Amino acid sequence: MSTAKATPSPFFPRREFLKAGGALVIGFSSAGLLGDALFAQDASKVARGAAAGPPDPKQIDTWLAIHADNTATVYIGYVELGQGSTTSLLQISAEELDLDMSQVSTLRLDTNLTPNQGGTYSSSSIARGSPAIRTAAAEARQALLQMASKKLEAPVENLTVSKGVVSAMGPGGSTLRSVTYGELVGDKLFNLAFTGTAPVKPVSEYKLVGKRPVRNDIPEKVSGKYVYLQHLRLPGMLHARIVRPRGQTAYGSGAKVATLDESSIAHIPSARVLRKGDFIGVVAEREWDAVRAARDLKITWDIPAVLPTSESVYDVMRAEKTRDRVVLQRGDVDAAVTAAAHVASGHYRAPYQAHAPFGPNGALADVTPDSALVICSTQDVYATRNTIAGIIGLPPQKVRVQYYEGSGTYGHSCYDDVAQAAAILSQLAGKPVRLQFMRWDEHGWDPYGPAHVGEVRAAANADGKIVAYQYDGWHHNWSAVETSAQLALGTPAAEWQDGAAQMVNPSDCGGMYDIPNVRLVNHHVPGMNYLRAAWLRSPLDLSFSFASEQTIDDLARQAGIDAYAFRKRNITSDRWMGVLDAVAQASKWTPRPPASKLSNAKVVTGRGIGLGTHLTSYGGAVVEIEVNKETGKVAVKRMYGAIDAGLAVNPAFIENQISGQLVQTASRMLLEEVKFNKTNVTSLDWNTYPILRFEECPEVTPIVVQRLDQKSTGAGEEVMAAAAGAIGNAFFDATGVHMREFPLTPDRVLAALRRG
Amino acid sequence: MAAEIKIRVNEQVHSVSAAPDTPLLYVLSNDLQLQGPRFGCGLAQCGSCSVLVDGAEMRSCVIPVSAVVGKSVTTLEGLPAWYAKQKKLAKAPALHPVQQAFIDEQAVQCGYCFNGMIIQAAELLSKTPRPTEAQIRSAMNGHLCRCGAYPRVIKAIKRAARITSGVLHAANDEAKAEVAR
Ligand code: FES
Ligand code: FES
Repeated sequence: MSTAKATPSPFFPRREFLKAGGALVIGFSSAGLLGDALFAQDASKVARGAAAGPPDPKQIDTWLAIHADNTATVYIGYVELGQGSTTSLLQISAEELDLDMSQVSTLRLDTNLTPNQGGTYSSSSIARGSPAIRTAAAEARQALLQMASKKLEAPVENLTVSKGVVSAMGPGGSTLRSVTYGELVGDKLFNLAFTGTAPVKPVSEYKLVGKRPVRNDIPEKVSGKYVYLQHLRLPGMLHARIVRPRGQTAYGSGAKVATLDESSIAHIPSARVLRKGDFIGVVAEREWDAVRAARDLKITWDIPAVLPTSESVYDVMRAEKTRDRVVLQRGDVDAAVTAAAHVASGHYRAPYQAHAPFGPNGALADVTPDSALVICSTQDVYATRNTIAGIIGLPPQKVRVQYYEGSGTYGHSCYDDVAQAAAILSQLAGKPVRLQFMRWDEHGWDPYGPAHVGEVRAAANADGKIVAYQYDGWHHNWSAVETSAQLALGTPAAEWQDGAAQMVNPSDCGGMYDIPNVRLVNHHVPGMNYLRAAWLRSPLDLSFSFASEQTIDDLARQAGIDAYAFRKRNITSDRWMGVLDAVAQASKWTPRPPASKLSNAKVVTGRGIGLGTHLTSYGGAVVEIEVNKETGKVAVKRMYGAIDAGLAVNPAFIENQISGQLVQTASRMLLEEVKFNKTNVTSLDWNTYPILRFEECPEVTPIVVQRLDQKSTGAGEEVMAAAAGAIGNAFFDATGVHMREFPLTPDRVLAALRRG
Repeated sequence: MAAEIKIRVNEQVHSVSAAPDTPLLYVLSNDLQLQGPRFGCGLAQCGSCSVLVDGAEMRSCVIPVSAVVGKSVTTLEGLPAWYAKQKKLAKAPALHPVQQAFIDEQAVQCGYCFNGMIIQAAELLSKTPRPTEAQIRSAMNGHLCRCGAYPRVIKAIKRAARITSGVLHAANDEAKAEVAR
């Protein structure tokens, strides 16, 4: 037994600050100690990071560096969100460079180092990120071969590369001479324009892409060595917490401080209140003191009672004067419905749902009069840099934003809000701060996935061909201003402009079927007297598919046709057919019409099939459920999910993604709903916003439909909509009753069964 | 007010200066610089901050530091040594078998919840070496995973149980004997 004196807090674990070119750079005091496999230290001797980015995308050096030890650093403009997409992009780079996976690594996003590839949205890291990274790697390889050709005095055609060693081949396949990439250009700049003209490898020659190298962040994540954002500390920093009303207020009106008694925390050592407008925070030297100060501070707020409640929100939205846009119009829906043999329709409701990252967001900031460093978990470092620069009044080039992974975020959680808040607090304190949101801050001030009302009707002719389809959707858009900016500067609330992910989505709403007469209308509800909103994994798609796919099953039932067979009859796209067949086969689907095996038992079972996606890719799902008709409890027993995301760079990661999507969809469809009264949100933690647990978790079967000849598209969310539709259909199959509203909580289920 | 408090963490005694009501988590993260237990809710609802106190899983976000005086705290970092002591191994393995199983099953998504998952699973296997699936689900039920990694966690715990209860060792030994023959 030894007695160790604890290091006094605050401290800065395992890292030190290096002054480089006037900018603060986080350096690693010991790469070994840190044990960062994914994010190695940039061993390059070339000065990087001294100047504000973005680096010139037209230069090869922006995309990668070759080191003397024959390894490469690839600069990727996308963040790792626990999906393995970084490893997949490294796979692509290694493939084109003819390197081993152990020879490539990348750096975390940093506005002084990494290219600006836009944000990490819509599961598009591979789709949008890979072309640039792939061609830059191919072009670098071409340049390396030319250098090698001179050095080895051999024509390029006679050169082969393996693991970064270029060999000149003699007659009969003998190796004459060799040189490594590291010897050719190690730690020097290429100084080459990136033209995008180098040919990339044909699919038939892939050695790494399409294979399953394991994720190299996992050993560190299970041993406690992985550095999450929440682990970082800055020298000389204070711990900070924000103070806001418990539970957000209406987006447009925010909250005003009515009374504030700073003396109420005078008993807490070193704690003080920081204020800018209606933005309130506390700082202290020790974390517990900051937590207690935020808890004990006496403050009251003026909050207008303008929200609808979580119960009335659907009727209120439906009655609003909306801005309507026809998203798709084809043929004559009314005429086709009138003439059709079978007509199905329904009014559907979907609640606000929270991102609720498992670890609440945090950020570190060091704002001085002429520079700022902000470390946070943003999905877009360059966009965050611009907003923060505006808030603290510095030019963007004076602000450096670095990304560190937090816990999974599933879209736009509070990561920008917390980064802005940290910057404001550091500026007020005149010191570096570490701000950690508490659970109620994250749950309560999340920009939620918006609530939705959907009205759908569809018609089929006597032989089960869908002839008409109409979908009308009501919801508001995403919020463009973060709470911190609103409270501190009085920045007026504004909504995002319309965009594909905020509108009725043709891909979910009948788009998988061949339907001659279609009308899709988006009814934009003005969002000021509602909750704040942003993209939540598979934005609105679960709501669309829940309504749409139940309508399709209703037509199948009326036509007396099996739900799988009915869909096959109405699909010509081989890609939709591929995922549909995949889940039907995996689940051993046996044909019979929906709700054709109803029983009087207390606990009944059902199965459902569904299709859906986000914007790209193709998702299919089959779900098996149990409904207890006495208690109203629904249990999802088994889920099968298939995706066609074009070329699957690493099918193993996508399988893991699908599993997560299926479990999260079960959680969202059975349990998740943000509750609120006229003034505030009341879902503030895991008790008031429950999610699925181990005992409720279904068995899941993920299926990747590999398409080597198609370009890679998103795979992080596209099975969710299909699974949401399948859950609705499984409930109908079990009970003969449509659930028009989710989550399928016991109260709702019992009410629906009573209505019949 | 701050007081000098002696706590035993991962078999070392540390003296920290903290208010006695400080939740243990903040002392582990800030004073001892440990990265295993981490903040998730501060409300004993999620399991992110789990540690073993005298071999039993506890939520460090709500236990005051003063309450573990005289007890033995094990964090994720100390788990291999804790396992070695339990199993009377001469040397601590690099990873607890549960940790290794989580790698083998590629069970992790973002991984933030895995501190609690591993701590709870290690406690479970120390008390119930061959749990049924129902026992696993029930023991783990207080641990949330927002990424939905549950199915692979269950698989990984089953795998770890086969290892810790000797089944895989025996199988490996047999395989080796086979090769030798
Ligand atoms: S942080 Fe302790 S249980 Fe959630
Ligand atoms: S893996 Fe992300 S919370 Fe569990």
